Amino acid sequence: MVITDAEVKNIEEKALAIRKTIVEMLEAAKSGHLAGPLGMTDIFAALYFHVLKHNPKDPAWAERDRLFLSNGHICPVRYSAMAHAGYFPVEECMTLRKFGSRLQGHPERDMLPGVETTSGPLGSGLSQASGYAYAARMDGKTFRVFCAMSDGEQEEGNTWEGAMFAGKYRLTNLTAIMDRNNIQIDGNTEDVMPLEPLADKYKAFNWHVIPIDGHNIQQFIEACDEAKSIKEKPTLILAHTTPGKGVPSIENDYRWHGAPPGKGPTDKVPADKQKDAFLEELQASAR
Amino acid sequence: MINPTAKLAANIFEKPDMASTREGFGKGVVEAGKADERVVVLTADLAESTQAHHFQKAFPERFIQVGVAEQNMATVAAGMANYGKIPFFTSYAAFSPGRNWEQIRTTIALNDLPAIACGMHAGVSVGPDGATHQALEDMAMMRALPKFTVISACDAEEGRKATLAAAKLGKPVYMRFGREKTPMMTTAETPFEIGKLNVFWRGEKPQVAIFGTGPLVHNALLAARELEKDGISSVVANVHTLKPPDPAIVSLAQETGAVVTVEEHQVHGGLGGAIAELLAKEAPTPIEFIGMQDKFGQSGTAAELIEHYEMGVLHIVAAAKEAIGRKKI
Repeated sequence: MVITDAEVKNIEEKALAIRKTIVEMLEAAKSGHLAGPLGMTDIFAALYFHVLKHNPKDPAWAERDRLFLSNGHICPVRYSAMAHAGYFPVEECMTLRKFGSRLQGHPERDMLPGVETTSGPLGSGLSQASGYAYAARMDGKTFRVFCAMSDGEQEEGNTWEGAMFAGKYRLTNLTAIMDRNNIQIDGNTEDVMPLEPLADKYKAFNWHVIPIDGHNIQQFIEACDEAKSIKEKPTLILAHTTPGKGVPSIENDYRWHGAPPGKGPTDKVPADKQKDAFLEELQASAR
Repeated sequence: MINPTAKLAANIFEKPDMASTREGFGKGVVEAGKADERVVVLTADLAESTQAHHFQKAFPERFIQVGVAEQNMATVAAGMANYGKIPFFTSYAAFSPGRNWEQIRTTIALNDLPAIACGMHAGVSVGPDGATHQALEDMAMMRALPKFTVISACDAEEGRKATLAAAKLGKPVYMRFGREKTPMMTTAETPFEIGKLNVFWRGEKPQVAIFGTGPLVHNALLAARELEKDGISSVVANVHTLKPPDPAIVSLAQETGAVVTVEEHQVHGGLGGAIAELLAKEAPTPIEFIGMQDKFGQSGTAAELIEHYEMGVLHIVAAAKEAIGRKKI
């Protein structure tokens, strides 16, 4: 699948809109995670506006591709991307984490159509996606199963149990996407618990591994295409991303892992100015 | 006397047939697989001792070996149920739900998926393996989870029926099974419905209700016979479904005014806990609890351990008298 420059540009524009909504919805929620969602926005924009076979007007469409989100805490990027793709009005994003909202602090399958599984506790998404892919293959289904996961949750044993399972059963209909942003709550991943060499680890578990720049939409789309052509192994797209991408004043700062605009570190931007400053930074970065 | 409508085995007291509840699972899951091609079975390196190997032989293409990885087994099962399969995932109860409870909570209960957790080798009766392998907290763990139905079969035949019923339920289910061969009390004709207790024994004007679950129901029946010799009339109910609790528990407690609970599980949070919660609200009644008294087990034979931890026939008899003695005059 060749992608044109115009198509890439269109996805980049969607990514900017998704990021702005993420900043606004988190500020409105007064809690939640900012850095991870901004870091995964280019990939989610590419998924919802190019890669995934899906229908926002029929979230239960049987032939849709399935996107599991293992690290549920980055759900603002999924909610925002779904809203911009037409699953629900963008205004509903402002209900995030509020009483009665379908947009729970961590995503719930039974609350919001289009969310494939409930997630939040880390390390269990890859196994669920693997079980789903295994069952779909039993029935000869041709849709693809994607699993977005974080680098921090590679510290969970369950992740590697899932990786072993998918490798054993050669789940070629499964594509995992790892957000390799090098941060987690308590610091940089290599300080908290070194994860490297991640590519070699997955290769040793009988996976096909494609490292990419997670902000290069063309590379991501090409990697998804390559994954489809691999006939012996599941594929891991190891996406190197920048946490907080698009807002230079917070990029790569782990202190923004779990803070919304208005509640984060104030050494660069005062709390009451954070939302507007971040929106301006997003617009400026996009130019 | 034995309740005739329960259609129990004729030899229930004299040399009963013996079989383990897990054998009932092994048979039932093959029948469930024949009845519904969505049924799949997962094992974590314990195909034979969970009796899942019968299914493996009958339906190799629907049998999934996940290796020694119970967290993976629960989450793969969740993924398969999410797709539309009916997975039974099997291991020792000490490991599943013992080790993978959070995965069960998040990916099965919160998703409200029809995956069936089968915990084998439950109770001290697993014997020589010792305390690490004697699951005594599994029913408490699973009963605490919203959405889950919790079943503990009294014998192999009930285990078979429970397995078939669980496959049809369309909800998350936990089922508990034992390894030891125990008396066959029920027959093919014994009624079984999830959520409905069975009265196995009913004396005239019963003074105490003995609620049992699992193979210890047989000890409860033997205790009822002993009580009868002492001139004490009782009713014995087999409570195979701990959750949701049968409202008939309340009416039996009201009728008798004294209760004994019998289970091979910690007295906290299992059958005793469930009945205490129900009766405290609906019909406060003196209750005596037969079960593990906040202890771990140890190696030994099943019979030795049941006696040592005071779950034997005479312990139930004494508990019944104690409960009756606590009635307000």
